[in-house]
Amino acid sequence: MIWLNQLVQGLMLGGYYALLACGLSFMYGVMRIINLAHGSLAVLSAYLLFLLAERFDIHPLLGLVAVVPVMALVGWVLHRLVLERSARSGALLPLLSTFGVASVLDNSMFQSFGADTRSLAPYIDTLSYDSWTLPGGVIVGQLSVLTLVIAVGLLGGLHLMLVRTALGRRIRAAAHDADTAQLVGVDARSVYAASTAIAISTVAIAGAFLAMRATFDPYTGPQQLIFAFEAVVIGGAGSLWGTLIGGIVLGIAQSIGAQIHSQGFLITGHVTFLVVLLARVYVADSVRRWFRTLRPRITMP
Amino acid sequence: MTMTTTSTTSRVTRWTAPSIATVSLVVAAQLLLALAPLFLSANVVERLTTLFVYGILALMWNALAGYAGLLSVGQQAFFGLGAYATVRLADFGVSPYLALLLAAALVGVLSLPISAFMLRLRGGEFAIGMWVLAELLHLLVNLDNLVQGETGTSLIALQRYSAEDRRAYTYWAALATMAALAWLVFVMLRGKMGTAAQAIRDNEEGAASVGVRVLASKRLIFVLSAFGCAAAGALWVASSITFQPKTYFSVQWTAYMIFMVLVGGIGTYEGPILGAVLFFTMETLFGATGVAYLIGLGATALLFALLMPRGIWGEIEQRLGLQLLPVGYRLSGGTGDPPPKR
Amino acid sequence: MSLLKIDGLEARHGLLTAVQGISLEIEQGETLALVGANGAGKTTLLRTLAGVHPLAAGRIVFDGLDVSALPAHRRAAAGLALVPEGRKLFPAMTVQENLLVALSAKRDGRWNLSTVLEAFPQLKPKLKAAAGTLSGGQQQAVAIGRALMTNPRVLLLDEVSLGLSPLAVQGVYDSLRTLMGKSTGKGAAQGTTVVLVEQDLQRTFAVADRIVCMLEGKVVASGRADEMTRDQVMAYYFGHRTPAAHEALTT
Repeated sequence: MIWLNQLVQGLMLGGYYALLACGLSFMYGVMRIINLAHGSLAVLSAYLLFLLAERFDIHPLLGLVAVVPVMALVGWVLHRLVLERSARSGALLPLLSTFGVASVLDNSMFQSFGADTRSLAPYIDTLSYDSWTLPGGVIVGQLSVLTLVIAVGLLGGLHLMLVRTALGRRIRAAAHDADTAQLVGVDARSVYAASTAIAISTVAIAGAFLAMRATFDPYTGPQQLIFAFEAVVIGGAGSLWGTLIGGIVLGIAQSIGAQIHSQGFLITGHVTFLVVLLARVYVADSVRRWFRTLRPRITMP
Repeated sequence: MTMTTTSTTSRVTRWTAPSIATVSLVVAAQLLLALAPLFLSANVVERLTTLFVYGILALMWNALAGYAGLLSVGQQAFFGLGAYATVRLADFGVSPYLALLLAAALVGVLSLPISAFMLRLRGGEFAIGMWVLAELLHLLVNLDNLVQGETGTSLIALQRYSAEDRRAYTYWAALATMAALAWLVFVMLRGKMGTAAQAIRDNEEGAASVGVRVLASKRLIFVLSAFGCAAAGALWVASSITFQPKTYFSVQWTAYMIFMVLVGGIGTYEGPILGAVLFFTMETLFGATGVAYLIGLGATALLFALLMPRGIWGEIEQRLGLQLLPVGYRLSGGTGDPPPKR
Repeated sequence: MSLLKIDGLEARHGLLTAVQGISLEIEQGETLALVGANGAGKTTLLRTLAGVHPLAAGRIVFDGLDVSALPAHRRAAAGLALVPEGRKLFPAMTVQENLLVALSAKRDGRWNLSTVLEAFPQLKPKLKAAAGTLSGGQQQAVAIGRALMTNPRVLLLDEVSLGLSPLAVQGVYDSLRTLMGKSTGKGAAQGTTVVLVEQDLQRTFAVADRIVCMLEGKVVASGRADEMTRDQVMAYYFGHRTPAAHEALTT
């Protein structure tokens, strides 16, 4: 029974990771950029919501109505000032520049808000601890379920946007081949900036749920980035639904690890990530080698 | 159709007047520095030790990123392991300064199997993969009873020396390590490794196709970088005596390395040294202002990444064709073409 | 006034100057063929006209408007469309999506999804197929159709016969002839203005009004298609004639 419980808790946690990671996955899928400031931006969003809740008594979920557009703008500015320039010079420079952005953000938040850990849990009434009891005695928090639902909703929304809308077509075209997209009238620069804005909007929402389910401080960002990256990689970089799977696998691995050892939570997560990462590389290599053995049997055109 | 040949012959030289002067200066400076503990105050000796450690870190991160094209956000893994291994060995009864050397060597050896799988990764996956590895190693080190989780422990064995002696020995160890690594990298760059590294950086597939042993070169640099960072960590623990895993495995060390190498000049030889000196200076002047200093560091690194990604020395090299330390080749005579761009 | 005027255009690949000071004028409704060996600079010229290759020097004036500094997507919106070498479709997107994405250029005209499908009926059953799964000839049809969806005033075609079977090439050129108004008579003003780069000289002579020969980044010969012979063009193609000889020929 303990294991079923851990499985369910892991699944719920996975919902949070999927929510956290979908922006990172989206940006990577469209622009091949890994935004190392991802976690720090989630924390920024959390602080903004905290300010609204503390000063103006605004419920965090309501506060999102203001914070999401603000963070979308932050994303757009980040793209124009930093990412656009960095992406031109290859894959290494965006890593360095977003690392710099993360550093500046974290320390600036420390400067502005101090070292105290905060949380949005006090501002959401009973949502932070209300739960349902499933058959089998497994208890699921209502907040966790909401997180999972929002994660699936966001991923679904992004998917639909990409597949059904004109903007989605433009994004997919520019993601594949920016030059050719330009030839048919797609303004790749704007499309990329819009993609970043969309990604950071999802980060804003993730920040809200981070702060509602747990505590945060100015330096929580890097840890969250690592979780997000692990979820993306486990599920397969560049795949939106893969991120959901990756998040869930990570969540379950961590929950099971926590049962095994007091320090097991983080350790199992990292180990799972490394194992999947390397397994994929080894599999890819052996598949490639297998294809090479096939070649004599395939007639070349 | 007849082929016309140039009447002037081209010579390939490696040493120029400025470079001979510089190398002589460097040798003289190192000899002078060796005498420092005899003449300078305790505070200065300690600060110089710190400078040497920064120099080692910058050199080692640059070796990985600038020569092998591998950007790692996780070199703190080896920094922490080096310090941990030193503490562990000292606990077993090994003499502390011997433990320093052994620890670095052990970590270097350990990095070999690590390289077997990490080097299969590219780009962001390698960068953050190394970071996750660092986090994992941090957690594993915490499990050691000697370390007692985040509480940490101390290099108690150093107490057998007087504070003055300890300071001097650590200083000399740091100076020797920094000088040795700097000369080692210098010699490597002048040899086959140098051209291999350049080729790998410019076009990895192309390099492999002309016979550059890409994986072997990367592995060598990876192990060297691990060894160097471990030595730096060991020196740090010898200098500060306490070992708290959180401090040694912190990603902040990567932030420092990135700053030094980005500002100094990634992929150049002189760049990381310049970067280390600049970083040291900034820390000496502004470190006390706390978070504002860290913000300034991050902002400076960001500005350099966006506006001057070649770094200060990279720009100087690019514009003046100046190379103080002769790691490259120069064509003289003949057509008088400008030296090849780095 | 010519529809497209190129003035001293220069384009580089790193340190190599691929196109050296080319000046050309293209009239409305005409079909201009650019001929030359590989490396002559034809593709670079077209890409620079379209805006996906940086202009090192010179001017491009399109319908009286200096578009030299205009980014590629704005030139497409102005009516200058390129069908790139190698087709460059978005392989994971369906044929329909490939065509629809060109609506981003937002131009009105007779071309829309249904008229394009009428022009290329072989695409009708393939609308929902991923573009990467199509045959070479079908992909070329999609590529041309995609450019047509932007309702171009000038259509730049870069080696549309490349890598296609003779039958497929025939199919492509049949569609193009209708486009260029060739079936109603040469040089009809209602036809789309076309600049095409083509290695197949037979095709070139069949559709072109004017032929321009390029060699090593320069124009070495130009003239009306009905006034030049295949031998002449081939000579320029292989570089047997020098610009000096060309001067002698045309004075």
